[in-house]
Amino acid sequence: MAIEQFIENEVKTNDVVLFMKGTPQFPMCGFSGQVVQILDYLGVPYKGLNVLDSDELRNGVKSYSNWPTIPQLYVKGEFVGGCDIVREMFQAGELQSLMKEKGLAVKAPASA
Amino acid sequence: MPMNASDIERLIKSRIPDAEVTIRDLAGDGDHYAATVIAASFRGKSRVQQHQLVYEALKGQMGGALHALALQTGIPEG
Repeated sequence: MAIEQFIENEVKTNDVVLFMKGTPQFPMCGFSGQVVQILDYLGVPYKGLNVLDSDELRNGVKSYSNWPTIPQLYVKGEFVGGCDIVREMFQAGELQSLMKEKGLAVKAPASA
Repeated sequence: MPMNASDIERLIKSRIPDAEVTIRDLAGDGDHYAATVIAASFRGKSRVQQHQLVYEALKGQMGGALHALALQTGIPEG
């Protein structure tokens, strides 16, 4: 399967997907770790895909999203952003609203 | 290869001429920067699209020569 198809399949069949360096249990980069912390805080189930396992995946997701850096967060097949955008949205309460709009349960209170 | 702040600012402004660019060298090592880019031409664009424009301006340096650039974009107030 071509890498684009693999990525498309992952983001369309999982509600929340995080392309990251390392795993949710062991992030290997501070930026990936920040997004993991935010998602864990929100209590939203997500699938972490480790780009360090595969150069093909690492380069593939950058071109798939037209985004040069990792991490990358997808919600319901839609690219939400990298670490800076996710943090900014979280702090503004927008990430929580987005999850709710998409029909995903958020455990944390709306304001952090 | 580190980049200096004025190179980053010049690249951004070459693509987004109305941008107001503020750059901070976070670690003093020429490798970890935070940039704020405010431009009226961002109006109507999503955050992702705004960041993509800035990355486009940096012509592939992002993730390469430019290791870490924390980015914040916005539209001028008022």
